Amino acid sequence: MTASRLSPPVIDIDPFGTEVLTNPYPLEHALLAAGPLSYLSAHDVYAVARYDAVYAALRNWQGFQSGAGVGLSNFRTEKPWRRLSIVVEADPPHHDAPRRVLANLLGPRAQRGLRAEWMAKAHKMVGKVLDGAPGSTVEFDAVTAIAEKFPPRAVGDALGMPEEGRENLLPFSDFLLNAFGPRNELVAAGAPHAKFLTTWVMEHCRRDKLTEDGLGGQIWAAADRGEITHEQAPGVVRSLFAAGFNTTAHALAAVMHALVTHPEQWRRLRAEPSLARIAFDEAVRWASPVQTFFRTAVGDVPVGDHIVPDGAKVLMFLGAANRDPRRWADPDKFDLSRDPSGHVGFGFGLHQCVGQNLARLEAECLITALAERVETLEPAAPGKRRLNNTLRAWHSIPVRARLAR
Amino acid sequence: MQDAGTAQTTLRVVAKDVVAEGVVTLVLKAADGARLPDWTPGSHIDLVLPGGLTRQYSLCGDRWNAYEYRVGVLRETDGRGGSAYVHDELRQGDTVGVSRPRNNFPLVPAKNYLFIAGGIGITPLLPMVHQAELLGADWKLVYGGRTKDSMAFLDELAGYGERVHIVPEDEQGRPDLQAALGEVHVGLRVYCCGPPGLLDAVENACAPWPAPTLWTERFSAPEQGAPVRGEPFDIVLARRGATVTVTKDMTVIDAMRAVGVDLLSSCMEGVCGTCETTVLDGVVDHRDALLTAEDRAAGDRMFPCVSRSCTDRLVLDL
Repeated sequence: MTASRLSPPVIDIDPFGTEVLTNPYPLEHALLAAGPLSYLSAHDVYAVARYDAVYAALRNWQGFQSGAGVGLSNFRTEKPWRRLSIVVEADPPHHDAPRRVLANLLGPRAQRGLRAEWMAKAHKMVGKVLDGAPGSTVEFDAVTAIAEKFPPRAVGDALGMPEEGRENLLPFSDFLLNAFGPRNELVAAGAPHAKFLTTWVMEHCRRDKLTEDGLGGQIWAAADRGEITHEQAPGVVRSLFAAGFNTTAHALAAVMHALVTHPEQWRRLRAEPSLARIAFDEAVRWASPVQTFFRTAVGDVPVGDHIVPDGAKVLMFLGAANRDPRRWADPDKFDLSRDPSGHVGFGFGLHQCVGQNLARLEAECLITALAERVETLEPAAPGKRRLNNTLRAWHSIPVRARLAR
Repeated sequence: MQDAGTAQTTLRVVAKDVVAEGVVTLVLKAADGARLPDWTPGSHIDLVLPGGLTRQYSLCGDRWNAYEYRVGVLRETDGRGGSAYVHDELRQGDTVGVSRPRNNFPLVPAKNYLFIAGGIGITPLLPMVHQAELLGADWKLVYGGRTKDSMAFLDELAGYGERVHIVPEDEQGRPDLQAALGEVHVGLRVYCCGPPGLLDAVENACAPWPAPTLWTERFSAPEQGAPVRGEPFDIVLARRGATVTVTKDMTVIDAMRAVGVDLLSSCMEGVCGTCETTVLDGVVDHRDALLTAEDRAAGDRMFPCVSRSCTDRLVLDL
């Protein structure tokens, strides 16, 4: 073994520190420059950031497992202090059946069934926000009035859950996504509500809280057919609560932010509304709402000239991979003429986001509804971030929109 | 860089071994050594044979090795020539067209499994017993065949000890299904693959059992598409009024990109669903792992990252 195989470049910046969470790009640049593999001394973990290395790590479920947790904690050696997801934090063979049920449920058939309904819901929501005469100017917060509002409405209804308590959906996922990082002040700030939120979600995974024909009820029906066990059903429903709202909300916030700050791209979109889907994926590439996930090495896994030793945690920087100049021309530019296909914003491989096409559908419905009514968009004030250990989230994006005549 | 979708449609035969009387196994690898698409126990792939014939074979290797597929092929005396070609013509080093893995026979979670194999029907069950073992389930395999010499993988199964019951018909007669099933109890899952006679017998034996007990695969699968084209075909992009020719070594998405038309896609393996496209005319050669048999028959949508055309042209709503 050569010396370089033993020692990848060491970076001592804390990827979960306030400075990095506020502005991740300096660390991402340092990681991209350092090589295919780095070592992060602040947490005794390895890091991959270049597109090729992240793409390979995401696909290599045999070498980089999820079952020891996709957060910083290593549940191969530590006693779990939080509940592991039976979907996101499971490896084959345990992962197979829950994944298959979700993939069938959220596949092309579901999308066809939801399109008309979600388009109507998007028009209704956008119509309420754009409350003004043709040609007038309205101001709204793209985060609270649209991005955080639409998934609980659209996906909450599709899931078949009660109206009451939907305000718990985003805080629940906020806590989970913070808990993938170290137990820092962000985790501490969420801790007092965690128990209440977790209890509330587990209660709403029960069959009697879900309509029979909604996605939640259909997961229970899959258990009746033997495709998963009845013991697994609440965990599979819970994965929709954990991953079906907050990540989409901040992917929608990302595309809103991108369009508001790029008036020339908004003009293009207005002229060619079928670019709505490209706009969303390009925003997911450009902003990477889910910034990072961990894996755990199974055996010694080679990355470039180095080795990730058995049992070590590896942090995958999706945001850095999505702006790696080795893969993307002019990567920092939000550009609707780009083909964003192949970005890793939804992950890749076995654990790639199983609901990604529902997120695309939500975005397409909202962007289409906005493009029909809004002539120009501009910031009404600078946007404010909400820090999270995993999610690159927005607190507010004040927008001024001039309505079409 | 992402693997090209086409790189994995042609694989190289890196090993061909006779493993029982009339049974060969093929080990397949990408020519460039790339990872192959993931699969789960019960999955099959299509082998595309000369003349565009496709035959389905269950994957019976180890999915923890992402670089190889293994299939077992029985010489069928009254078959349609597919198995004879594999036995007599196909050699180590040859290339063969391969579809993405699809699974119509998935292993569902349970504490108790009874696996019943008849002859070459052992192939999908082989990865299943491995998986049942990994899950720590209580399981039993009853494997019937004409003679011991005709039964493949006995050496690999020997490691499982008493869980495996080998029943050569010339020595012991047919397997006693009632004895294998035992008393009716909720939670047992029975997986059976083999000749129609065995499947019928198992279906009868399981009749008194509660509903999701029995899962079967008949290996004369009814899902038989039109012959696969070797020749180029045209894609008509109806909204743009453009026509693009797709040759053998490119995907539909590649061909479109070459003329400057991008289509949003992601996995390039027919599993994520991002590139779903509406088909206005023509017959699709579906290669994805997403559409149900019913959806395929409807023929009004496709995943152009992997799927192709059976007809001279396909008209797409693009």
